[in-house]
Amino acid sequence: MTGTRRTVAALFLLPALLLLGALVVYPIGYSLVRSFFDQSGSSFVGIDNYRELFTDKSILTAIKNNTIWVVVAPAVATALGLIFAVLTERVRWGTAFKLVVFMPMAISMLAAGIIFRLVYEQDPDRGFANAVWVGVHDTFAESSAFPKAHPGAESPLKAAGGGAFITKEPVRAGEPVVLPLVGVAPDQLPDSAKPAKAAAAEPGKVTGTTWQDFTRGKGVGERNGVDASELGYPGMKIEAVKDGKVVDSTRAAADGTFTLSSKADGAQLRLPASNFREPYNGVDWLGPSLVTPAVIGSYIWMWAGFAMVLIAAGLAGVPRELLEAARVDGASEWQVFRRITVPLLAPVLAVVLVTLMINVLKIFDLVFIIPPGSSQDEANVLALQLYRSAFSDDQPGIASAIAVFLLLLVVPVMLFNIRRLRREVRR
Amino acid sequence: MSTPSGAAHDGVPKAAPSAEALKAQRSLGARIADVLSGGFVRVFLIVVGLFWLVPTIGLLLSSLRTPADMGSSGWWKVLSQPSQITFDSYQRLLENDTITGSLLNTILITVPATLLVVVIGSLAGYAFAWMEFPGRDWWFLLVVGLLVVPVQVALLPIAQLFGNIGIFGSIIGVILFHVGFGLPFAVFLLRNFFAEIPRELLEAARLDGAGELRLFVRVVMPLGGPAIASLGIFQFLWVWNDMLVALIFADAGNQPITVALQTQVRQFGNNIDVLAPGAFISMVIPLAVFFAFQKQFVSGVMAGAVK
Repeated sequence: MTGTRRTVAALFLLPALLLLGALVVYPIGYSLVRSFFDQSGSSFVGIDNYRELFTDKSILTAIKNNTIWVVVAPAVATALGLIFAVLTERVRWGTAFKLVVFMPMAISMLAAGIIFRLVYEQDPDRGFANAVWVGVHDTFAESSAFPKAHPGAESPLKAAGGGAFITKEPVRAGEPVVLPLVGVAPDQLPDSAKPAKAAAAEPGKVTGTTWQDFTRGKGVGERNGVDASELGYPGMKIEAVKDGKVVDSTRAAADGTFTLSSKADGAQLRLPASNFREPYNGVDWLGPSLVTPAVIGSYIWMWAGFAMVLIAAGLAGVPRELLEAARVDGASEWQVFRRITVPLLAPVLAVVLVTLMINVLKIFDLVFIIPPGSSQDEANVLALQLYRSAFSDDQPGIASAIAVFLLLLVVPVMLFNIRRLRREVRR
Repeated sequence: MSTPSGAAHDGVPKAAPSAEALKAQRSLGARIADVLSGGFVRVFLIVVGLFWLVPTIGLLLSSLRTPADMGSSGWWKVLSQPSQITFDSYQRLLENDTITGSLLNTILITVPATLLVVVIGSLAGYAFAWMEFPGRDWWFLLVVGLLVVPVQVALLPIAQLFGNIGIFGSIIGVILFHVGFGLPFAVFLLRNFFAEIPRELLEAARLDGAGELRLFVRVVMPLGGPAIASLGIFQFLWVWNDMLVALIFADAGNQPITVALQTQVRQFGNNIDVLAPGAFISMVIPLAVFFAFQKQFVSGVMAGAVK
């Protein structure tokens, strides 16, 4: 080896080493030293800044949230990636599916943040997540049509507690009952509502009408009587209650009329609270209690594709004959997956998990963008706290301590990488 | 796993022990379960695929509606009322100097930061792969160790350093920072790729009297094409999509599109006519790059799985 060779090598390496030294290595040393000094940087304070990490309320929130992030996000993204990778092998359009799921990796976290601000909009008429959620909820739970209805003056009904209303007097078979209410805005009435009709008496049965006892422009019209332009309450639930027990129940027709069997004779009629519940408004995704899971959801949307692609590549290396042999031996798909595929993929799964963990440790953009101002403190993470301490709170000592703390958390991975490569380099 | 041909079950044509025959051998129940679960898998993947697509479609359709429409109903209303579609927001966005200027800044930052990382990384990668000098492996391992250093560690120190040398707030500062943090991966990826180049090729060129620089330009760079492409695409997307680094190191006049949009997020509802089309425009280039160079992107992702 000649001296000129060495000089040439130095010239090739110089730009990279210079930049790495100034931009990556120097900051590590600087942060380390700076983390032991006070705010002004003039006096040594020992580990005070580190102590602050574990006493300051907002930093503690950040540590707690970062822990949730590191535990939940990589595990869910990897699990989904594994499921997708295995399942896409069984359909012909697997590549198209992979493309769709992998695509979000190419866009910025800022764009993803804006996308998910839209998804998580609270109003179910505007936010997609709540539109779906409310749709599912209303399919399985009764929705109420008359949230603001209540008895008017001199009504035969009284409040029965918990939002229900009940007749003051017991009802008799053959004597039509009136259950007038007021207070539903005209445009809120169900479209199926027809003009109300006074119920005809039927021997042996309890009949009646429940309707909106209010004529626009004329007030109530005839109080507790059905006027021409007043609308029935279609679907209003009516229960006959005797001694605290429901003996019969029915729903009103489009014109507000209803019929109960003779069992209702002598009972009180109750309009249960389910008629009057406020409409379900969905989940407050970005409220203080759900904001971190919601942001994690957007992260998984971005990174499940990464896990899927790496795992699919690993899967391609799994010998097909092995799986086929197990199937022929009568193993179910689940057993094949659990006993053969997953163990063979273990190294890939570990790499994906660790990569995502490091990635999540530094999560910043999504948490900076998605939570509205009111819940940003609850969503705090270390990278965001560092940004705030360094650039808005003017606490360089604490910011440096957070930086060193983050660095310490990735040191094990750093050492692992070096050890893995040392074997290769020395080949 | 052999199928004695005589043992074929009723109604199954005697055939070579193909996969078809093996399948036929299994019980009817197992086959029905297979068909059912196949149907289930399809439905499941379609639903998941829709869930993955819908957020992006939502952004696109939102960007094509007026703020008034956005305030009163969800973007999916466009599907039943296509007349709501308008390009007004895009038109106003392109007349907005802050946004067009920031798009230009994004390009001014991304292109040099990508080229510099590729060139500087290739030089170092080649040196680590094929040049002899003392402590070579130790230097390389040091660089590998830097792969996982979080950018957060450098924000404050570099902000002060740049302040002292007078480039804080400038585009040059942003570029330098991206180059610094792009290099460990670049050196790692390229050194490993260059090391696979057959020794004879390099020896032959050396015997022909080619100098190291000439060797590098004429032999190593062309052969390293695939790895360089992967790295270039990876770095390009990385820098294009960055918000944090530019948020700190770029002045108002030098901010890229991500930072320009970020300033509008605090009043999300009021600025939706800037945010939705702006976000979509900022996604167009990365998505185009992604679709055009999928293969290289994937191999970059695989190689960088430790970053």
